[in-house]
Amino acid sequence: MSTTWATSPSELLLKAATKAAGRRRSVTRRRLTLIVGLVMLGVAILAVTFAPLLTSYSPTAIDPLHPLAPPLTPGHFLGTDQYGRDVWSRILYGGRIDLAIAFGATSVTLVGGTFIGLIAGYIGGKVESVLMGLVDLFFAFPFVVLVIAIIAMLGPSIFNMFVAIWITSWVSYARIMRAQTVVAKKQQYVLAARALGYGRLRVMFRHILPNTASAVIIFSMVDAVGNIILAASLGFLGLGAQPPSPEWGAMISDGQAYMLSAWWLAAIPGLAVVFVGVSFSLIGDGLADLLRAGER
Amino acid sequence: MTTPGPAPAAPGAPLLTVTDLHSYLATDQGVVRAVDGVSLTVHEAEILGIVGESGCGKTVTCRTIMGLMPASTLHSSGEVIYHPHGERSILSAKQAEWEALRGSQLAMIFQDPMTALNPVRTIGDQLLEAVTAHAKLSRAEAQEKAVSLLERVGIPAPVRRMRDYPFQFSGGMLQRALIAIALASSPRLLLADEPTTSLDVIIQDQILSLLLELQQDTGMSMILVSHDLAVITEVCDRIVVMYAGQIVEQGVTADIITEPKHPYTQALLDALPQAGQHGELRSIRGSPPSLIDVPSGCRFAPRCRYVVDECRSWDTELLDTGEREHAARCWRHQEIGRSEEAWQGSDSA
Repeated sequence: MSTTWATSPSELLLKAATKAAGRRRSVTRRRLTLIVGLVMLGVAILAVTFAPLLTSYSPTAIDPLHPLAPPLTPGHFLGTDQYGRDVWSRILYGGRIDLAIAFGATSVTLVGGTFIGLIAGYIGGKVESVLMGLVDLFFAFPFVVLVIAIIAMLGPSIFNMFVAIWITSWVSYARIMRAQTVVAKKQQYVLAARALGYGRLRVMFRHILPNTASAVIIFSMVDAVGNIILAASLGFLGLGAQPPSPEWGAMISDGQAYMLSAWWLAAIPGLAVVFVGVSFSLIGDGLADLLRAGER
Repeated sequence: MTTPGPAPAAPGAPLLTVTDLHSYLATDQGVVRAVDGVSLTVHEAEILGIVGESGCGKTVTCRTIMGLMPASTLHSSGEVIYHPHGERSILSAKQAEWEALRGSQLAMIFQDPMTALNPVRTIGDQLLEAVTAHAKLSRAEAQEKAVSLLERVGIPAPVRRMRDYPFQFSGGMLQRALIAIALASSPRLLLADEPTTSLDVIIQDQILSLLLELQQDTGMSMILVSHDLAVITEVCDRIVVMYAGQIVEQGVTADIITEPKHPYTQALLDALPQAGQHGELRSIRGSPPSLIDVPSGCRFAPRCRYVVDECRSWDTELLDTGEREHAARCWRHQEIGRSEEAWQGSDSA
C-alpha cells in the first residue's frame, strides 16, 4: 500500500463506501457461522430422532457371523463391531444419549447458575460472600475429578452423570453472571427502575437479566461441547453409560482394543463427537458475534 | 401512616421536610462529606431549585431523599419527613415501604436520558411497566394511559413510537419519555436531577416549559436541581444555593437574584453572561474545596473576594437575614448586601 493521502471528497466517499461494504460482508459471514452450526446440529437432532427410519438394525443386536466388518460393507454402511453390531445404528442411538446430556445437563446448569449469579451480584453483602465462596470452593477442585468422585458415591449410571454435572458446573455460569450483574447494577437505568419503586425481583429479572444474558448464553454453547466430551470421557472410563448401551464414549472405549485391526470402531464415534462439538462451537461463535453486533 | 389519594393540595403546607441531613461516602482517598447538614422544606405545589457547582452534594441530597444512597455510603443521618406518609423519618423505612413510596409518591428523573432507560426493551414496554407498577389496570386501560401520557409530554405518533427502542429516540424525546414514565403513577413530589444538562439549549427550554406546565396541571411539587442558575431562576419559586455539601443561601427566587446575601451567590450571578455585555466572561476564581479535608471556618473563604481573617475561624451557621425566610451562611451578610464599593480588596478578575 502506498502512503498517499485521499485528497478529493469523491475519493474519501469511495473509501467510506468500500469500508461499509466490507463491514456488511463480515456481518453475512458471521451469520453464516451461525447458520452452518445450526444446520449441523439440526441434522444431528433429526438423525437421532428418526433413527429407526435410518437404520433397520437394533443397536444392541449381535451378529456373531459378521464381526469387525469394515465400513462400506454391503448392508453395514459403517461396518460392524467385535460382536457384529451395526456401527451406524449404534452411532444414531448413542447420539440420543449424548445430545440429551448436551441439552439436559447444560440447560439446568445454565438456568441455575444464572439465577445464583444474579442474586449474588445484585443483593451483594453476605449473600454474595457465601455464594461466591461456594463457587470458589468448587473451582478449587479439578472439575473432572470432582465429577468422578460424585459418580463414585452415587454409582455409575446416566442419570447420576446428569446429577454430577448439575452439582458441579453451575459455578461457571454463576461467576460470569455475577460479574455482569455487578457492572449492570451500577447503570443509570437500574437506578431509574429503583426510583420507580420496582421490587428487587422485577429489577433483577426484567431490567438486569435482559442486558446481561448474552454472555451466559454464549458460554452455554461452549459448555455444551464440554459436557458432551465429559460424557464421552466418563463413558470411556466406564462411569457413564453402561454396556451394551451405545454411548459414544463407551464405544470409543470398547473400540480401542481393536485400534490396530479395526480402527473405525474408535474413530467413527470420535468423529461423531467432533461433529456435534463443532456444531455447538459454531453456534456459540455466531451468537457471540450477532449479540455483540446488536449491542453496537 | 395512611397513603392519601389525590388529596387537595393546600399550597403552602409543607410536603417534605429534610432536617440536618448528612451523607458521607467512602472513597479510596478518604471519607467524602458529600452532604453536611442540609435542611430544607418543600411545600405543596412548589418548585424548589437547588443550585451549585458540580460536586457540591446536590445529587447525593436527591438520592438520599429517594432512599437510593450510593453503595459507598458510609454514614447517613438526619431526618427526611414526607408529611403525607406520617411524621416519621422515611430514611429508616423498610424495603417494602420504600417500594410503595417510590414511583407513586416520590419520583425522580435523571441527568442523562440516554442511559436512564433500559437499552434492550422498547419505550412502550417500559412505560407500560411503570403505568401498571402501582395500579391495577387491564391491558387496554394501561395501553390507553401510556399513549395519553406520551401525548401529554409531546411525543408525536405515540402508538408507533412505543414500539421503538431507546436508541431510536433523540435525547430530548428520551427525556420526554422519562418524564412520562416518572409521572405514570402521579407522584406528589418530582425530583429532577439536572434534567436538561445533557440537552442543547432549545430542547432544554422545551423540557423546562413542559415540566412547568405539568407541575401547574397536576399541582405536584418539584425539586429542580441544576448547576445553571439561569435555568433555576426561570422556573423555581424558591432557591437553595449549595456549596461544598452545605446550604449557603436560601430564599424566594426574587430575593435571591435581586439581593443575594452570600458572596458565592453573588459570584454565581455575576458569572451569568449579560446581553450587551462585552469582554471576558466573569468567573469565580479557584475551585470548590475537596470534601475530604474540609477546612474549618467558612468553606467559601478561600475563593471569597470579601474574605477577612475572622472568616477562617467563624463557626459557620445559616443566619436569618430577616425577610421572607431568606437565610445566608455568611456572618457579614448585612454588610455584603449593601454595596460592593464598601469592600476592600475586591478583585476584578
